[in-house]
Amino acid sequence: MREMILMIPSVLMMAAPILIAAMGGLVSERAGVVNIALEGLMGIGAFTAATVHFFLESSMGPVSPWAAMVVAMAVGMAVSLIHAFASVSLGADQVVSGTGINLLAIGVPVFLSQIIFKMERTEPFRLGLMPGPGGIYPTAWIAVAIVLATWYLLYRRPLGLRLRACGENPQAAAGAGIDVIRLRYGAVMASGALAGLAGACIVLTQTIQYTQNTINGAGFIALAAVSFGRWTPKGVAGASLLFGTAVAMAIFMVNVEFMRFLPPEFFSVLPYVITLVTLVAFSGKDWAPRAAGKPFEKGRS
Amino acid sequence: MEKNRKKPQASDLLAAFIASDGRMSILVVLLGLLCGTLIVLAVGRNPGNMFAALLQAMTGWDATRGVWNIRYVGEWLAVSTPLVLCGLSMAFAARAGLFNIGAEGQYIIGLTIAQFAALYLPKVPGLHAFLAIVLAGLGAAAWGGLVGWLKARWNASEVVATIMLNYVAYYLSRWATMQIPGANTYKTPSLPQSAQLDLPFLKDLTNGSTLNAGFFIAIASVLAFWWIMEKTRLGFALRATGFNRDAALASGIRANRSAVTSMAIAGAFAGLAGAVVALGSFGYGRVLGGFDNYGFNGIAVALVGNSTGLGVGLSGLLFGLLTGAQPLMQSRGIPKEITLIISGLVVVFVSLRAGLRMVLAWKRPLPATAGADGATAVADTGSEAPDA
Repeated sequence: MREMILMIPSVLMMAAPILIAAMGGLVSERAGVVNIALEGLMGIGAFTAATVHFFLESSMGPVSPWAAMVVAMAVGMAVSLIHAFASVSLGADQVVSGTGINLLAIGVPVFLSQIIFKMERTEPFRLGLMPGPGGIYPTAWIAVAIVLATWYLLYRRPLGLRLRACGENPQAAAGAGIDVIRLRYGAVMASGALAGLAGACIVLTQTIQYTQNTINGAGFIALAAVSFGRWTPKGVAGASLLFGTAVAMAIFMVNVEFMRFLPPEFFSVLPYVITLVTLVAFSGKDWAPRAAGKPFEKGRS
Repeated sequence: MEKNRKKPQASDLLAAFIASDGRMSILVVLLGLLCGTLIVLAVGRNPGNMFAALLQAMTGWDATRGVWNIRYVGEWLAVSTPLVLCGLSMAFAARAGLFNIGAEGQYIIGLTIAQFAALYLPKVPGLHAFLAIVLAGLGAAAWGGLVGWLKARWNASEVVATIMLNYVAYYLSRWATMQIPGANTYKTPSLPQSAQLDLPFLKDLTNGSTLNAGFFIAIASVLAFWWIMEKTRLGFALRATGFNRDAALASGIRANRSAVTSMAIAGAFAGLAGAVVALGSFGYGRVLGGFDNYGFNGIAVALVGNSTGLGVGLSGLLFGLLTGAQPLMQSRGIPKEITLIISGLVVVFVSLRAGLRMVLAWKRPLPATAGADGATAVADTGSEAPDA
């Protein structure tokens, strides 16, 4: 039991980025755009944050990680514009354009690292974000704030109602005078910013530099959390916490005495297996926003 | 099909480009190369070095030193082999309306099984390598077919399922390979000669490159792809499902079975890629330290090749050129990841292509270009993606 309580800070550290990215995916899908690029946007956010923090650390001290997070958000948002332009303005296949960003995100950070740092990763910084009381990182509180804000926005504001309408029936929404294109752009950009922030959270709490393995599927897990959580903030938050726990367990269990007979790969693979099993067990098309993944064309009935 | 011929205009030229998948692919690739050049310029490096590396990878001619070595051509074809096969994997699923991001995992399963077969099957010359390849293909077919079954039985999104299985395959391969006696954390003992794919005449022809029998497997696979898709009842059923699932169902095609079959065959192609790399490139079995990225690049290969057999073959050679040029770029001061950036840009442009076409079709009716249009088949999968 004591181990369980000791694990809570690590679980929160692992779950927070998944939660933040998943909220972005949720907003985007509720507006009708599937954002499979979460993984790539997180990678770009993580690289941006690691680089910015490395250069600002000596001059700005404890403010530097926060500045890095803000820049990562901005860059994530800017890159997500590609996805928004392709899928909203041109009605492109959202999976293809998202995959394009994911492929770009394999290359761009390492390319830039080679230019800036002359190696295939960023130069390590000295200190990341510092944990607060109870060993809990501020990223956990950011995640909680984002979940509450998402819920409030989606269900308690007219904007949220309109956004959800765009994901269910964009033609009807347009008929009611809602600017579907603009709202979808906004939703994709919000998801880009949140994914960038999530990437920054990973790099600033779990490691000291960006490498090709920093994200390691967390964005895809967040994407799965959106569908497992049945497209509601509460459900997605629960799913993200579950997946975050699985990731944290993977690290913790290796050190637990009676689990030693199992190989470390067994624990590494757990989060992905759990994600896959829950995806299959809870799949059902009735829960997805009806127009998610479908391009919106004006004047089409 | 309607015909309304008017005087040729600039927009007609653009429309002609957009109507032809092949020409559009060339345009998309050129755009990708152009952007890659601009990026190299932007970071203050000489893009001439990038093109010199590409030239050397394609012809063996080293323009900087004025030396010619045909080995580079052999390496180009050798590295194209797994890319063509992984492209076929993605393309086969795409034609049936599925988005197979799992070629990477299927490739890993094929690679792992081939390594085990090489180490443990009886060392009969000829038969040994053949059996290893067949087992790798079958194993990867099962791995891919599993996703098709999850999709058919529970309507689980194949996009998320294949991604998760990529990681499962990766850790499974690491664990299984490290159990082999004599294996350390990155390699197994040497593979026996009877399991390897190198052919002396190809080696002589290309001045000792790693080009091997796998290249013929890729050619045979391209032909098999074309034959299954265009000439068999199965291919017809798969294409029909890809175009319009409901219509296919209504005309008596069992779309659920199509999902399993197409994912299994897609998996087999990727598994062959794994076997070719395992038995052809290294003399030992590898404990993977990361993804080889052949499967992910296969997505770009299939999209540029419009998911047809011949198209994938050609675009596989193109991406093979980019991959083969990586070390040559690195040695000329261009970070080799520029090729990954170009691949990513090409995929982004492919997605814009479908959109551009839609915008133009909306402004002015174009002659129908459906036919054997793989891009359309891919476009149809987007609507199914969120069914997770």
